[in-house]
Order: sequence, then structure tokens, then C-alpha cells
Amino acid sequence: MEKRIRVLVAKPGLDGHDRGAKVVARALRDAGFEVIYTGLRQTPEQIAEAALQEDVNVIAMSILSGAHPHLFPKVVDLVRSKGMKDVLIIGGGVIPEGDIPALKEAGIAAVFTPGTPTSDIVDFINEHVK
Amino acid sequence: MDIVKELLNGSRLALARTITAIENESEETAAIMKKLYPHTGHAFVIGITGPPGAGKSTMTDKLARAYRKMGKTVGIIAVDPTSPFSGGAILGDRIRMNSLTLDEGVFIRSMGTRGSLGGLSHKTADAVKAMDAFGKDVIFVETVGVGQSEVDIVKMADTTVVVLIPGMGDDIQAIKAGILEIGDIFAINKADHEGADKLQVELNMMLDLDSHMSKWRPPIQKVVSSRGDGIDELIEQITKHNEHVTETGELIKRRRERAKTEFLELLQATLGKYIKKQIVDTGKLNSYVDSMQLHETDPYTIVHETMDSLLK
Repeated sequence: MEKRIRVLVAKPGLDGHDRGAKVVARALRDAGFEVIYTGLRQTPEQIAEAALQEDVNVIAMSILSGAHPHLFPKVVDLVRSKGMKDVLIIGGGVIPEGDIPALKEAGIAAVFTPGTPTSDIVDFINEHVK
Repeated sequence: MDIVKELLNGSRLALARTITAIENESEETAAIMKKLYPHTGHAFVIGITGPPGAGKSTMTDKLARAYRKMGKTVGIIAVDPTSPFSGGAILGDRIRMNSLTLDEGVFIRSMGTRGSLGGLSHKTADAVKAMDAFGKDVIFVETVGVGQSEVDIVKMADTTVVVLIPGMGDDIQAIKAGILEIGDIFAINKADHEGADKLQVELNMMLDLDSHMSKWRPPIQKVVSSRGDGIDELIEQITKHNEHVTETGELIKRRRERAKTEFLELLQATLGKYIKKQIVDTGKLNSYVDSMQLHETDPYTIVHETMDSLLK
């Protein structure tokens, strides 16, 4: 067995700034994960389908535009409806504290806001991927 | 339900999970591949290779779209290097193929090389088989780098397109890289950049010098993938090559060669695992090395004795 954790790093929505997503992608690679990066401006449908084809263990989304209350839960629904029950879905970006409980309620396992050390994300993934 | 049955019934999730099993060399892989094998052999496999930044993914995206317009279903396996330091990888080929993601007739899978010793080619070959059994008409295998990995794709592909770009150095670089021998077709991408004509002249000269390709002289096609220029012409060349290898019997020869390589690689890999289990994991290796260091024995004797005991 040569199992590797596979992570889809995705930028849903219309903001065109992916510095954060790239920093995270690199940190995850350095932690030994296989990171599939799909680029900017992805629709929830594209993210869910890419996650399926790539058979990832984790979907990590970054949003800076404020569209997270709409887009994050949509991705969760689409992913689950495709039969991927075990995929860990996490989010990050500019997300107000007050929004986090609702996102968790919707199935986002963790939300990482600016200033989070990348090692926290790595640890979280290592602990929660089955 | 059985993952093979699901795959054959068209479940994309089952296809994705099958490829994961192949990549992870998990226990059930052999059983899955045994059942898939009878359903393979129908797809047309195109290898796309060339140096980093040559535009292979963009070209694959455009070629895939053209095949979709012809009503063909498409599979894409995009191989990117695994970091030798962390074992991780950033697989970014999908960035250039986003327009294909929601097309149900296309299935894209990114694979890391995972530093496996020669194992990449048999894993990629098995992933091709999984897509073939799934029913894909055309399967692209895209890989970066120069050297062994590129040669390995040739063995897997029915037609190999080598993608080059202007400004990568003089003609000797191309000879060194060994790419002349593996290309059935050469695509000069970014042909709107300076130096494309010069590259074409140099390539032509070198291809004419080559003596072993008597039956098929690889054509050179200029392409600007980002604009789609030259893509239809490239497909024409691919089709011509396919007709050529089919008519001359070369395709059967290639596929036979592939079957042979596949068997030998799998046998070697399986033997390797067996040896590891018998010798490394049992601690015998350490005692052998100890006695070698004390010059009590030599590696030839130990290998001889080991072989004798294994073959008993």
C-alpha cells in the first residue's frame, strides 16, 4: 500500500486572488499530500465534479469575496449527492467569526481564517481523514 | 455493489476509486484489474509529452474538445512529478482544462509520479485500462519531464505527440533529450513566438538525418494552443499516423511490445515485493550486510543462496 492523502484546493466564486490558496497548496504538498489545484473562479458544480474524478480525501476551499454562506454549503450538498460521504470539506479565507457556526452546521468541518499557521491545517487534515 | 460492475455500468465514482486503488497499490487492485482486462483494448491512446511549460495541458484541452465535437468520449491522465523531498505533489494540469470538467463525456485524472521505481508506467498503464474498460474512445496520457518517464509513455501510447516550444536551446538539446526517437508527431506550440521557424528547420534537418524511421517520417505541426490554431491540422496528423500504424501492422506490434513490457514489469514488481517481505522485513538483510562488512561472505554467495532457497 502506498496511500497518499489527496486534497483538492479550490477557489469558488469570483474573487481573483489566490495567493492564500497557493500558500496553503504548497504547505500541503510539503506535508506530503497530493494537491490538485484547479485555479480561479470555479463553480460549485466544477469543484464537486473535479473532487469526484480525482477521488480526493479533502476539499479545501478559499473565498475572499464574501460569497461563502452561499457557495460552501452548495459544494457540500453536491459532493454528498454524488455519493462521496467521507470527503472532508474545509474552508478558509476572509470569513467573519459570526458566519462560522452556520457553515459548520452546513457540513464544513473547519474554517481557517487569516493568520492561521498552515501547520494547523495540516494537523487537522491528518487527524480527520479516515 | 461490486466496484468493477459499477465501473462497467458507467459510474464515474467507481472509475475514480479504481484509479485510486491502482495508485495506492491496494490489496484489491489485482482482483479488479483481472476483471477489467477482458473489457480493454478498444481505446485509442495518445501520449502527449514535452518539457515543462511547453503547453501540454492547454494542447490536450483543445485536442480533447475537438474529439468531443466528433462525438468521441475522452479520458485524460495527467502525470506531474512528486516532490522527492516531501513525497507530496502539486498537480495543476486541471487549471488548463476547466472547461472540460462538467462535460460528462470527459474524465480527467491527475497522478503524481510518487517516485516509484519504474512503477509509474505500470500504474499509468492500469489507469489507462480502467478508462478503456469504462468505455472512453480516446485516452490522453500527458506527462512532463525528459528521459525515462517519456520513453515509458511511448510504450503505452498508440501515437505520441512531442510538444516543443521555441527558445528552449539549440538543436543539440533536442538530440540529448532523446525526444527525436519517441515522437510520432512533433507539435511546435506557441508558434507565434519568435524562433518557431528556426526550430522547425532544425527539427526537420534532424528528422531527415534519422535513419531508423524509414516507414513513417514524423510530421511537424505548428500550433498556438491558446488560440486553437493548428489543432485541427494536428488531429489530422494524429489520424494519419493512426491509419499508418494500423495498415502497416505497426500498431499490433506496438501493442504486443506493450503487453510484454507490462507482464515483465508486473512480474518484477511482484517479485520485488516478495523479496522485500522475505528478506528486508524479516531482518535477514541486516545480518547479510553485517557478514558482508566483516568480509565473512560476499554478495554473490548470498544472492546465490537466497535464489536457491526461494526457488525450492
